Amino acid sequence: MTGFLAVLRRELQVALRRKGDVLNVLVFFVVVASLFPLGVGPEPNQLRAMAAGVVWIAALLAALLSLPRLFAADHVDGTLEQMLVAPQPLASIVLAKIAAHWLTTGLPLAIAAPLIGLQYDLPADALAILLASLLIGTPVLSLLGAAGAALTLGVRGGGALLGLLVLPLFVPVLVFGAGAVTASLIGINPSAHLSLLGAFLAVSSIVGPWAACAALRVALD
Amino acid sequence: MNFDLFRFAAPQAFFPVAGKLIPWFSVIAGVLALAGLYVAFFVAPTDATQGEAYRIIFIHVPAAWMSMFLYLVMAGWAGFGLAFHTRLSGMMASAIAPTGAMFTFVALWTGALWGKPTWGTYWVWDARLTSELILLFLYLGFIALKSAIADPVRADRAGAILALVGAVNVPIIYFSVQWWNTLHQGASVSLTRAPSMAATMLIGMLLMALAAWMYSIAASLARLRAIIRERERDTEWLRMQRAAA
Repeated sequence: MTGFLAVLRRELQVALRRKGDVLNVLVFFVVVASLFPLGVGPEPNQLRAMAAGVVWIAALLAALLSLPRLFAADHVDGTLEQMLVAPQPLASIVLAKIAAHWLTTGLPLAIAAPLIGLQYDLPADALAILLASLLIGTPVLSLLGAAGAALTLGVRGGGALLGLLVLPLFVPVLVFGAGAVTASLIGINPSAHLSLLGAFLAVSSIVGPWAACAALRVALD
Repeated sequence: MNFDLFRFAAPQAFFPVAGKLIPWFSVIAGVLALAGLYVAFFVAPTDATQGEAYRIIFIHVPAAWMSMFLYLVMAGWAGFGLAFHTRLSGMMASAIAPTGAMFTFVALWTGALWGKPTWGTYWVWDARLTSELILLFLYLGFIALKSAIADPVRADRAGAILALVGAVNVPIIYFSVQWWNTLHQGASVSLTRAPSMAATMLIGMLLMALAAWMYSIAASLARLRAIIRERERDTEWLRMQRAAA
């Protein structure tokens, strides 16, 4: 537990000292979401129908953009090797890095998302569901994404490969996350979608760190 | 006599066995496919609602079965290799992946060709179609990751982790039919209730499925031998075999 907190504090400190990296991801998210109306036209009914999907896909892409940084810097300067041989379990260190990644990317995205929802003319209760779905769903992106980032560590063409590896795994998050908002728009109770999203979060909180730890051990073998 | 199956976990021991098995599986696959196609085109009756177009299911359904089944087999071998550090298991997973991706593609392609006359469109964003497409992406990701890592041992282990994580998705594919209720018809064959198709159609489909199985084994073994030749090219036993040949 002390290892978890120490790594978490360190990761957040590093992120604070490189505010640009964190802000760039957030700006990217807002820009991508703002481009869709320019592409498909300003018809409010159409925008309202596609708002949840647009926000979620923008969130997936933003997460994808930030994932290579999760282990790359520590890999280059040798910190990662020290983490592997540290007396603290690797899983707690990896979990701390995943938590820091979510706090610096997923959480800001979720908080910014209702603003984008307003631009897409979503009603207030749909905005609340959008926020809830992002709060439950974005940790999954960090958890499963960490496995992808660890698998592509030091691999040539890592960025595009990372997308090919993790985007298919994000599909359930996209389906249930966007589905919850769409359900609330057409007057269906979205709690089933949110529950399934929570179930997927539970599964990926086991699978993600396990796969990330195993992949890190392979990468630094 | 003590028959030790684990002896064949060594690429050196399995290489000649695979060479002997390939012709057998190829011939059985060919015979079954001929019988299955004969039943499919000349014996099975024309479907009352879908006409002749339904006959594509004799390719489509076995391909879809194999696509999902091969992913599980591949993930199984990969996981086995990850757990026991057996060299051959990782090679086996690499050998199965292209065949699985091929069947996934065939399932999507024939599904589109069947969809046009039956549904009036090549593609719908139905749960099962989408899951099959995602399965294709999973195969491609596995192949891409393996080919991106130069060291074969590292590639095997990284690929195994990816395959195991992706295997979580395969049950979701199967149950997606029940989860999302859309255009796609339910599963055609069910073991619990009476089959909703003529017996000859079922026989044709089972023959084709068995042919696809035998073909998969033959193709994977042939690819496995190529992988063994490539990876063990500097070993003494392969050098001696090359000298003898």
